[in-house]
Amino acid sequence: MTKGLLAEFATATDMISAVSRLREQGYRDLETYSPFSVPGIDRPLQLGSSLIPAIVFAAGLIGALLGYGIQWYANVRHYPQNIGGRPVHALPAFIPVTFELAILGAGLAAFVGLLIVLRLPQPWHPVFEVEGFERASIDRFWVAISAEDPRFGAGRSARALEELTPLRVIPVGALE
Amino acid sequence: MVSSLATSPPLMAAQPEIPLLEGRPSDAELTDRLLTPLWTTARGWWLLFGVTALGTLWLMVTVTYTVITGIGVWGNNIPVAWAYAIINFVWWIGIGHAGTFISAFLLLLNQRWRASVNRIAEAMTLFALINAALFPLLHLGRPWFFYWLLPYPTRMSVWPQFKSALPWDVAAVATYFTVSLLFWYLGLVPDLATARDQAPTVRRRRVYGVFALGWRGSARQWYHYRTAYLLLAGLATPLVISVHSVVSLDFSISQLPGWHSTIFPPYFVVGAIYSGFAMVLLLLLPVRRVFRLEDIITRRHLDNMAKLLLATGLMLVYSYIVELFIAWYSGDMYERYTYLVARPFGPYSLIFWAMIAANVLTPQLFWFRRLRTSASVLFGASLVILAGMWTERFIIIVTSLNRDFLPSSWHFYSPTWVDWSILLGTVSLFGLLFLLFIRFLPFVALHEMKQLRYGLVQGESSRGVAAV
Repeated sequence: MTKGLLAEFATATDMISAVSRLREQGYRDLETYSPFSVPGIDRPLQLGSSLIPAIVFAAGLIGALLGYGIQWYANVRHYPQNIGGRPVHALPAFIPVTFELAILGAGLAAFVGLLIVLRLPQPWHPVFEVEGFERASIDRFWVAISAEDPRFGAGRSARALEELTPLRVIPVGALE
Repeated sequence: MVSSLATSPPLMAAQPEIPLLEGRPSDAELTDRLLTPLWTTARGWWLLFGVTALGTLWLMVTVTYTVITGIGVWGNNIPVAWAYAIINFVWWIGIGHAGTFISAFLLLLNQRWRASVNRIAEAMTLFALINAALFPLLHLGRPWFFYWLLPYPTRMSVWPQFKSALPWDVAAVATYFTVSLLFWYLGLVPDLATARDQAPTVRRRRVYGVFALGWRGSARQWYHYRTAYLLLAGLATPLVISVHSVVSLDFSISQLPGWHSTIFPPYFVVGAIYSGFAMVLLLLLPVRRVFRLEDIITRRHLDNMAKLLLATGLMLVYSYIVELFIAWYSGDMYERYTYLVARPFGPYSLIFWAMIAANVLTPQLFWFRRLRTSASVLFGASLVILAGMWTERFIIIVTSLNRDFLPSSWHFYSPTWVDWSILLGTVSLFGLLFLLFIRFLPFVALHEMKQLRYGLVQGESSRGVAAV
């Protein structure tokens, strides 16, 4: 959402009902901003799938393969050593490092994957230009309609937002 | 008689539940209160900073002395080759387990009380791990060759031997530190954004802004954030179990009486969480007092943590009993000697009995609710438990090594002033890092507190109850 209209609400419950009402009116490209993860906002916004679990699973698998592979190459292929007559390819002894590298790969992927999915870091964003928006991380709840929504119309959407009795309605980006 | 029975309260009278959050401060009030410590320096901060900085300086001096001269300046000898370096390593890394336990385990188990204590516990974990990592590195003797521990293609064509437990340690500790750091930082991001938006000066706004990565708090961000955070918690949870298990394997895959035991992995993990909770309480209680957080970190939190101390303490007692029983039951004369003679009646018997007193008796205090919710009792008990857990590692390492199979190779061990300096120096470094943390970072997870408050208020209004 880089262009559109923002409405500010005092409580999370007002924000949730505002989003539900806007969806009933046919708006689809909606976004909210809140100081904490508000339970019950995912359904009206139809958020329900994330790439992150798949990324994490794949990276965990790669980590495990890499972990086992390094050990196999180092101790079986390139530098085999007879340690007390034990087998050179000692599968049980290779499990701890394989496990740790699986977790390491998956953990790094969870973090980096999140940054990629959210396109962070992004120090500047049009909403930061809105006066008073800093309270989005403190105690205010905002609903945004993107200008790219097919039902969007500067006047009509502003009226729709005003009907939800927000504290105020403000344009974002160069909308004026 | 009958009437008096009827009127007397039932034996297990339901005591009133202590709330997780006393009063219902608004989001703005919460933000203000929890971020004020970032903009002002608390009373006594500089004094503590000075003391711990001096201690850290002394650590640097003694570490430099060790590296220049060699580890002969320590008390280590043959047969007691591990001594303080490994005692302190195991002690610190054990302490580092509580953070991840609180953040990851309790998150997965949906324990809402973790919200006000998890940040401090996670920071504590990182600082403990930094101290822990120092010891094996110094113990290498030539720490500048530390990279020989890693599997990298070298012209010497030599690789680490993965059938030894020691390279497992490298992987386990490195992974644990990395994942803990990511978990901690990810939890901080939304709060750094709040700090950015609340910062009184432009410079601070910029610094916090950089680390906040441009967090906006949009529903989409929260959605993916929750997913990633939960996954990291799920990944960190088996790590809590695995890291100290791997550390314990350093001992138990050897043949030495006192080490060679299958109970070691669970025994170590339980002891780790036990000592870690003691350290969390030791840090949490002064913070709670200084910043007047009694309504946010309530007696309910203290009660829960004390219960965990009691539970893990009892598991530790069980491990002690099983160890002794198996030593006797095995019929092996060396096992019997180490466990039943050398430890309780040998040259280090005083330390053994101190360990029993500290680790077995102290948690028994927490059968009583009044003691569980008393800050001063908890603070004292935590100190005793931390000392007790240190002596436990001393007993495991020193008494097993100093009298092994052959009496002609027995040797007494005592630490030198350098050993003591490095141990106390790491305690200072730990304190210093913690002081910097509470001065510059939001040490209570703000966004989680707001979510907790929202959940509590929603629950009350749906039940039609006035705010408690």
